[in-house]
Amino acid sequence: MKQAKPIALTVLDLVTLALMIAATAMVFLYAPLEAVMGQVQRVFYFHVSAAWVGMLGFGAAAVAGIAYLRTGNMQWDVRGMAAVEISLVFFFIAIVSGSIWARPAWNTWWTWDPRLTTAVIVELIYAAYLMLRQGIEEPERRARFGAVYTLLGFISVPVTFISIRLLDTIHPVVIGGSGGEGGFAMTPRMLQTMFFSLFTFSVLFVDLYWHRVRLGTLARQVEQLRLKLAQ
Amino acid sequence: MERPLTDYQTNTLQSETATGERISTLERVQKISPNLWKATLAVVRKDLTAELRSRELLSAMLVFALLVVLIFNFALDLQPRLRVTVTPGVLWVTFIFAGTLGLNRSMAMEKDRGCLDGLLLAPVDRSAIFFGKAIGNLIFMLLIEVIVLPVYSVLYNINLFNPGLLLVILLGSLGYVAVGTLLSTMAVQTRTRDMLLPILLFPLTIPVVIAAVKATTGFLEGWTFPEIQVWLNLLVVYDVIFISVAFMFFDAIVEE
Repeated sequence: MKQAKPIALTVLDLVTLALMIAATAMVFLYAPLEAVMGQVQRVFYFHVSAAWVGMLGFGAAAVAGIAYLRTGNMQWDVRGMAAVEISLVFFFIAIVSGSIWARPAWNTWWTWDPRLTTAVIVELIYAAYLMLRQGIEEPERRARFGAVYTLLGFISVPVTFISIRLLDTIHPVVIGGSGGEGGFAMTPRMLQTMFFSLFTFSVLFVDLYWHRVRLGTLARQVEQLRLKLAQ
Repeated sequence: MERPLTDYQTNTLQSETATGERISTLERVQKISPNLWKATLAVVRKDLTAELRSRELLSAMLVFALLVVLIFNFALDLQPRLRVTVTPGVLWVTFIFAGTLGLNRSMAMEKDRGCLDGLLLAPVDRSAIFFGKAIGNLIFMLLIEVIVLPVYSVLYNINLFNPGLLLVILLGSLGYVAVGTLLSTMAVQTRTRDMLLPILLFPLTIPVVIAAVKATTGFLEGWTFPEIQVWLNLLVVYDVIFISVAFMFFDAIVEE
């Protein structure tokens, strides 16, 4: 039984911390001031990164769901759960930071744009997922239903996105496109800052994911030990 | 049509293989397809007979649907000028809420009286149970819609008799019921089952709501067909995807 924290994980913690400090410094000191929107544009770097981590978690949860249904290995359930929880938090960060930016840029905190609405629907699907899990005591059934529900969510979210997109959109497409309110051209320094933030947040995701999977595995061991004691 | 004994025996053997070794869904459908259809109809007939005798599901759904329409009348103060723009939304919210009520009850009845276990023990493919329950739920939902539409027309003096609108209602209900049947099977097996179904179901059915409301608006306001077709296509795509997905996952939900 592995209980001690792996050294690699400690190293990764420190690397993540250093990267986060560097990324924050880059956002505030290295990236130039945006001409039209001013300081508030700086929220963009972490906003995009947080949304990216949310997407990573969303994909990871679906992969874990498929893997669980194919193999029936409970470890995949722990991985799926970890991905959902991290994704939930980061989508929330993305929504809130986007809202902070949208107030000066669009003159509103919120608009029913495809990306915004889809992010909220993902949050609601994850909230439903957590409630579903809470309602089931038997671990094997909980894992099975959880896997099915994450996959249903994974399939429905793109359809939702397309259907809202057919309605209308004002969200700026900053990368590889023009249009949308508040879009802007990025200077090289801005691009560098953005990609560094994306990289940093990806590392942060791996670090958090590792911690969460480890916690889930330990929790499962505790549960098994408790069952053994009860017998 | 009388089936010979051998057919029954092969059928039993096949469902044993379905649980014993893993064979692909496609193979399973090919093997059992004639019996699948028969078993599906049997499940539908069972649901309809039970409903005909008790009438508890349909009456509850109907009264609930009418109450929702009534509440909307006061909540939105449906003035003649506003009605055309608000009607599609009011109709679909009514259908979806009444549908949830029906889906929940229809599965809870199976679970409470131990019928679900009985169905699962029957020597037929599990997808027959899924399709049977889904078709039953669809029939109930369509019946409610067929009653609510004329009532709404009379109450608000709007002509809702439009063949296009009926098509939208059929397509929308189909997708909704496919996902709903799967999720209600899931929800009844949890502790918080009555609360859980809408929470699980609504975020997944948002495309249905968007497309159905848009297409309904289109037909009521007399849009050109290409404008409406976008939304009809979306409904068809959603239906195809989710009927197949629900069919694939149903085995994983009832497996014990």
